[in-house]
Formats: sequence, C-alpha cells, structure tokens
Amino acid sequence: MSGSRFARVTGAAEELPAYALPVEQASERRVLADWPHVVTREWAWGGSSGEGVRVCIVDSGIDPDHPLVGTVREAVTPAGEGVETDEHGDANGHGTACAGIVRAIAPDCEIASVRVLGPDIGGTGRDLLAGLRWAIDSGYAVINLSLSTTRRAFIEPLHELADRAYFRRCVIVSAAHNLPVDSWPWRFASVLSVAGHTGNDPREFYVNPTPPVEFLARGVDVEVPWPGGATIRVSGNSLAAPHLAGICALIMAKHPTVTPAQLKSMLYLTAANVDAAQTR
Amino acid sequence: MSDGLLHSTAQLAQAVFGARAASILLHDDSAGELWFAAVSGVGADVVTGLRIPDSTGVAGWVLSARQPIVLEDVASDPRYAAEMAALSGYQPKGLMAAPLLADERSLGVLEVLDRPQRAQFSLVELDLLGLLAQQAAIAVGLEQDAGHPRGQIPAVIGQLWDTLDRLDPERRERAESLLDALAQLL
Repeated sequence: MSGSRFARVTGAAEELPAYALPVEQASERRVLADWPHVVTREWAWGGSSGEGVRVCIVDSGIDPDHPLVGTVREAVTPAGEGVETDEHGDANGHGTACAGIVRAIAPDCEIASVRVLGPDIGGTGRDLLAGLRWAIDSGYAVINLSLSTTRRAFIEPLHELADRAYFRRCVIVSAAHNLPVDSWPWRFASVLSVAGHTGNDPREFYVNPTPPVEFLARGVDVEVPWPGGATIRVSGNSLAAPHLAGICALIMAKHPTVTPAQLKSMLYLTAANVDAAQTR
Repeated sequence: MSDGLLHSTAQLAQAVFGARAASILLHDDSAGELWFAAVSGVGADVVTGLRIPDSTGVAGWVLSARQPIVLEDVASDPRYAAEMAALSGYQPKGLMAAPLLADERSLGVLEVLDRPQRAQFSLVELDLLGLLAQQAAIAVGLEQDAGHPRGQIPAVIGQLWDTLDRLDPERRERAESLLDALAQLL
C-alpha cells in the first residue's frame, strides 16, 4: 500500500536487545500504526497483482516452459553444503501445479523453485532442510511447502528454520496432513498451515477455529498446469497451500513491511467465515 | 498372512471406489524403486511385480511428499499416459494415491485408478483412501515384523537402532554411512 498507511518502520534491520526497551524510545519503535478499524479484503490486497514479491516453491521442481507458470526466476536443488542450478525441470508434476496456482492468483510475483524431491535427491528430510534454509536465507518472502516429514529427528531443525523465517519476514505456507499421522512443519505455530475446502473460488479461504490447521483454501478439483504443456484437475491439501501462498503474495506486495504475525491477523480478519467479513 | 492382507486391501479399495483397478506399490529403498506388490482389477496380470523408479511420477511424489493426491484427466499429460499405458496395458483417466505411512517411515503408495466420474470429488473419498492406505501400511508392518521379529535380534542391534533413531539428521547420516561400510566389510 505504497507505505503510506504505515508508520516509519524503525529497527527492522537492527538488533534490539531482547531484555529491555527504554520507554523514551518506544515511540521510535512503532510499526503498522494505521490499521483501519475494519480490515477489508480491499484494504488487505485489493488491486494487488503480487508485483515484485518473491515466492519460492519447495517441491519437485517446476517445468520452466509451461505458459501457465511463466518465468521461473531461478531453479536450484540442494548439493553438498549449498545448492546448485537445477536443470531437471519437474519429474513429478506437482511443483509445476503449485507454481501455476500461485501465478494465477498473483500474476506479477516472482517465482523460484527449490527441488527437494525427484531424481538425484538423497534423504528427503535432509534435502528439505537444506532447500528450506536456502530459500529463507535468500530472502524469499513466501515459501510454499506442500510436503511434510514424519521423521521426528527433523522436528528440531525444522522448528528452528520455521522460527528463523518468521522473524525474517518470510512466511512459510505449509500443507496440512489429512491422514491420521504426525508430520511437520505444518504443525508449528510459526508457519501458515492450510488444508483444502471444496469451494471453487481460488481467493476464498476460511479460518479454522480448531487448529493445528489454521486456514482452509481451495483444494478440490483444481485445474492446474502439468509438465509437458498439459493441464489436469487435482485435489488434495497440497493444492490448498499454494492458493494461500498466492494470497500472501498479494498482501505482501501491497504492504511491503508486513510481518508474518500481522499477515496472519489480516488473513484471519478477511477469512470468509469470520463474522466481520460477512458485512463487507 | 500379510501378503493376503495386502491383496485384500487392494481388492477392498477397488470395490469401495468402484474403480477399474487398485494397486499397492511398496518402496524398495536400496534399489530406489517402487514395485507393484498387490494389484486388483484391470492389468493385474501385467503389472504385478513390476518396478518403477521411486523418484518420478505421481507415485514418486506421494511417496516422498507423504501427502495424498487425486488427479483427474491424467490422459492429458502425454508423458504420464504413455507411462501408464505401457505399465498397465490401458490408459487411465483418473488416479487417487495415498502414502503408506508407519511411524516415521513411508513404506509405499496405494493407487486407485479410474473410479467413476462424479459431479464433484468428495473429501470423504480422500479420508477413505487414507484409511485404506493406513490398513495397507499395517499389513506391510506385520510382514516386516514377521521377517525380523524384534525378540530374535541381538540386543546390541536393538540399542543401536534406538540410538540411531534419536540422532540429529547430520549425525544420523554419518552413522548410517558408517553402518553401510561395516555391512560391506562383513
């Protein structure tokens, strides 16, 4: 929102001591001073195309030639201690589908791929950590993660990464599991967890009053791009996550200083099943 | 017994969804492959025992991502259609797939091909698919337990396994490399 509705964001890039704040400096620390009395969708993302927001799809890769995906800014895959350029495209199809959903909602965002599934991938959990770490440290504003791990050994490092993202103004949108199993990172409070609903409006989402799943976005019978120039119809929670990731991109383009905590509040207040939202 | 359970689950999945076929693919981690362990319906004679890479295709995604997925109109994906036609002898239009999860492991994938088209896919169907996948995972677990009853494993191996389970990912990876080397030496 061209920054005008926000007070000066001081301290965003500097370290605050964790233990104390001199009260005379408190006024210098104000952020987001101008929330409207009623948060509407128009205020939250009206007119936004996601321009300039960097979205990273951590999945099976992306078909860079599919017209419904558009330009893929960069494509990497974990290798050694870091990442290397990925030229495999998408050997599964799913990453391309997610990218297409984000592109359809936020047409002017920048999309990148970190491939953590598919050919030449070692331990899925290890590569997931490496890919996620790279995306966070590379400054991506939105990370779509439509997969999860059931291995408890990864809980702690995943939790650290989720919190690191949260404090770096990077929102991880994570697909919830709809089988009765424990998996992560979607259960963490510092990510946005998403399950599917059966509606057909790509921008309609609901808040879930009984977490750990926090939001419900379109996830059933979604037409998506698929490698080889095709389109197919797909259902599953993994398709709901990129819908919310796209909406996050719209909001972050309009409100560049928004933090994940504020973003979650905006999503809450504009969810279709929140009473206040019914009147606007 | 568990082999029968797997086939029974595949038959049940085919019957419940009114599908043309249902398959249970098990993961062979060392070979990097998924193999058709139990198949019910069209293509059962051709497909049973076949092996496919575990890193590609929809089944590969479901195995690794540990998420179920439902695809319609898969015939519009030329790569997939050709692959499936070659494997099963016919070209499916729709596919449901769910991972077989047991504790921390992803043991394989349950696939249901061509259930009748309905006006709209139902979330209940996805729940049902998940329950059937869970049953298949239990069957596979029973088979593995029968093959390696815990009571017959030397205590030190059990302790090693428990320790390995608690390690952080990097240390676990190093420990697994060490064990691989030991296994080769032996």
